Amino acid sequence: MKRIINQTPNRPTGLALGLLPFVLVLLVYMVASAARLAENPNDPLLPSLSAMAEAFQRLATEPSRRTGELVLWVDTAASLTRLGLGVLISMGMGLVVGIFTGLIPYVRRAFSPFVTVLSMIPPLAVLPILFIAFGVGELAKVVLIIFGIAPFIMRDVQQRVEELPTEQLVKAQTLGASTWQIMLRVVLPQVFPRLLDATRLALGSAWLFLIASEAIAATEGLGYRIFLVRRYLDMETILPYVAWITLLAFLVDILLRLINRYCFPWYGGRRS
Amino acid sequence: MSAVTAKNLWKEYGDDVVLENINLHVPAGEFVTIVGASGCGKSTFLRMLLGEETQTRGQLLLGDAPMPSEPGPDRGVVFQKYSVFPHLTALKNVMVADELASARLTGRLFGGARRRARERAMEMLQAVGLDHAADKYPSELSGGMQQRLAIAQALMKDPKVLLLDEPFGALDPGIRKDMHALILDLWQRRGLTVFMVTHDLQEGFTLGSRLLVFDKVRHDPQAPGAYGANITYDIPLQRQSAELYDEVRERVGAAEQELLKENAR
Repeated sequence: MKRIINQTPNRPTGLALGLLPFVLVLLVYMVASAARLAENPNDPLLPSLSAMAEAFQRLATEPSRRTGELVLWVDTAASLTRLGLGVLISMGMGLVVGIFTGLIPYVRRAFSPFVTVLSMIPPLAVLPILFIAFGVGELAKVVLIIFGIAPFIMRDVQQRVEELPTEQLVKAQTLGASTWQIMLRVVLPQVFPRLLDATRLALGSAWLFLIASEAIAATEGLGYRIFLVRRYLDMETILPYVAWITLLAFLVDILLRLINRYCFPWYGGRRS
Repeated sequence: MSAVTAKNLWKEYGDDVVLENINLHVPAGEFVTIVGASGCGKSTFLRMLLGEETQTRGQLLLGDAPMPSEPGPDRGVVFQKYSVFPHLTALKNVMVADELASARLTGRLFGGARRRARERAMEMLQAVGLDHAADKYPSELSGGMQQRLAIAQALMKDPKVLLLDEPFGALDPGIRKDMHALILDLWQRRGLTVFMVTHDLQEGFTLGSRLLVFDKVRHDPQAPGAYGANITYDIPLQRQSAELYDEVRERVGAAEQELLKENAR
């Protein structure tokens, strides 16, 4: 009998093992839901799967009676716009600040401690300030996401730049490269896939800040909807929405991975 | 014409003396191999030639002018590893030298200029025997091929001085032999001045035209950093050309053969 650390499942077994927890959770939920509904058919806490599917379909395809809009898509578009803006601006800031602080000692001395302190401030604690300063519109929500993830990305990119072997920077100089050219041709292309990796890690927090700000002040959005229907214990809406948000987060993550794999073939090869 | 001159050169880090009163004159066209125990300052000396470090006392001259205090295109370098850019293919690794020189703002060339840079880079790849791997990334190349690429890249700027920091240390013996042949050939044909730091004494003795041994002469057990290293041996290796070397090797080889035959009888 081999030690358990030396035993690896084959492909089908591995796949089955991966699916097992999902199936178990689903089964437990179905059993619990059926038990509660048998006692009280109008119980709102654990709606049946079919009820949730119905509710989800209604939200996705039937115009709302109050506003005449397709609620799910309006919410999704609003949330993804905020998230996308916040994440893209954070990436841009992270890339520029990270490269400069990572490569140029004077800039590092000037800004690195500041960025470190900035990243320690709990973003949700400053949310009221953002609402006061930027109003309760879109701007405050986007700024919260930026405030939450940009310092992290800046620090990560800075670290990746500092990790570049000195040999490469020296080599570039012996090829006659200026500081600007080193940034452009040596540092930027090597840091870009790492920026996407950092973004993937930051996306979890980005969703958190998005939903938090939507919960407090918004007129549409995935987070807004969940917190709105909470008042009516409307689990038929909340649970599918949570699943939908999870799916979106999953897809964004896969998209970033694919970009890395196809745009930077040298990147994966170096790590393996 | 002198390539590198050191006059009463000292290098200290605080109280630690690394190099102590180095005096050296290297004429252009020499192939200097540098050996010595770990921590004897041979790598520090190479970094000073590179411009990464500056002396604390004395003078270091490149040609007739003081050594620049940062790396530049007049001194090419090949390190043991990380010498090439992992995000560029072999061809682009070599092309980048011309691109940086011609396009100060973007570091990229387009159209005809790009084609010319490409042709020049291909010629250089051919010279080091890598033309078949032009479109591969460094991670797809073997260790020996990566070092060939690093050499090709370094030679694109036609440096006066080529600095090699244990360039073949991580290679298999067979591959290392090929690399020796390559670097000797390039040295001969291009009239380079080469400084090579190596751990391999055999390599140091057979490869260059001059061997420097760095060592600490004095030791103070109470204060290990009190005395620095000096050049304890400066041995001219009487080899004028690779042809002569081949000639000698053949003769010696022939003599050995004769000897073997006689012994067999």
